[in-house]
Amino acid sequence: MSLDFHEQITMLSNQPILLCYHCHKCTAGCPVVEEMEFGPDRILRMVQLGERERLLKSRDIWLCAACETCGTRCPNGIDIAKVMDALRLEALRSGVTPAEPDAAKFHKLFLFVVQTLGRSHEASLLIAYKLWTLNLLADMDSGLQLFVKGKVPVLPKSIKGRDQVRRIFLKSAEAVAKENLPSANPASAQEAK
Amino acid sequence: MSAYTYYPGCSLESTACEYDASVRAVFNALGVELHELEEWNCCGASSAHSLNPVLALALPARNLALAQPLGHDLVMPCAACFNRHKSADHALRHDPQRRKELEDIVGFNYQGNIAVRPLLEVLTIGVGLQRIRERVKQPLAGLKAVGYYGCLLVRPPQVTQFENPENPRLMNQLLQALDAEAVEWSYATECCGGGLSLTKSNVAARLVNRLAERAREAGAAAIVTSCPLCQINLEMRQSGTQKLPVFYFTELMGLAFGLPEAESWWSKHLINPRPLLAELHSSRLAAAA
Repeated sequence: MSLDFHEQITMLSNQPILLCYHCHKCTAGCPVVEEMEFGPDRILRMVQLGERERLLKSRDIWLCAACETCGTRCPNGIDIAKVMDALRLEALRSGVTPAEPDAAKFHKLFLFVVQTLGRSHEASLLIAYKLWTLNLLADMDSGLQLFVKGKVPVLPKSIKGRDQVRRIFLKSAEAVAKENLPSANPASAQEAK
Repeated sequence: MSAYTYYPGCSLESTACEYDASVRAVFNALGVELHELEEWNCCGASSAHSLNPVLALALPARNLALAQPLGHDLVMPCAACFNRHKSADHALRHDPQRRKELEDIVGFNYQGNIAVRPLLEVLTIGVGLQRIRERVKQPLAGLKAVGYYGCLLVRPPQVTQFENPENPRLMNQLLQALDAEAVEWSYATECCGGGLSLTKSNVAARLVNRLAERAREAGAAAIVTSCPLCQINLEMRQSGTQKLPVFYFTELMGLAFGLPEAESWWSKHLINPRPLLAELHSSRLAAAA
């Protein structure tokens, strides 16, 4: 346990996590709290207490739908969805296996398609996602309906500026690797454990 | 006559193609110029901000760089695209350090001369309800519908700068301008779980069916939205025998304007809206007789 973790997530999310006095407005309004292990206000408490391992391994950070209801209602102006973003980023950078692996796979594939084409392409994304998660049969009926209705173009459409888009991906990856990130530095990562 | 730059976004090229078609048809009918931004890229949606906060701002920043020399406000039909572009614009406008970083990554100088605006606001306030009312040829009298905004159009309010995040009114005002009956309910900005639709479909289904149930309880026969992620999630994950069709608000505008192409949009829906529209039509004929 270390307070460094609290400082790190505060910096990364740019949110005043310490101001939380647990009024539970966030948790009361959270649409997915029933599926969560802890729920938003306990997540904030655990960040305050530096419970790094439990947080990064928790399914809650992947279940957050980023609906922003919590942050909108927080009397202390804490945008909790940004804290969830910071925790996800930290989990990935630390090599923690996501507790909800499908969500992480989906986001990675989505970004891979955008990095390649400059735009998303549903057909490629869905097929790749199904293959990677081995979840081949889910939603076959509605997927087929969308295809029959001509709503998922088979051929991908790419833009001329996809090299610029790739450059944005590269530079953003570099930026996030060095910015406000004690754990990117092996010495302080060690300390955080 | 004002003109707008149009950013359709990836969904409107595929699963929300009827949204795109109805947007273009409605602008054409109102005589408002809409020019698609050339060479636009994906905004990164929820995936970018889930994995890399810098990328989540840099991807939309490239579109802002492309749009600013054109000098027109950038119109976003998709709530997720709007949210991402508005977040990037907010950071560029208010955070000098972030601005420098984004300008370097994208290779441009931010001017701040154009606004990122959601389609619903552009049509109801920019173009105006009065002009919309004047264009109505087939009033939607008898159509009972709830307006549904979802999350990303309204939250977080300090970024979206949309109207009251707990009780927005624009959708109801629009429905009333089309002479439809805007049914009041308490769930207009509750999350439908669209972001989890593929990865946690059981969670999304629970949220969708709760919304549909609340809409039925309020007496609505349809849900009206402006978000392509909500629309497909609400139609794909609804179960039961009394499914409510989910319309894009621009589809209802096209219908009320009497546009012939509206007929081609209905077959794109996963929940067939034709029985409801036929019912509406026959009750209108009965009332006229």
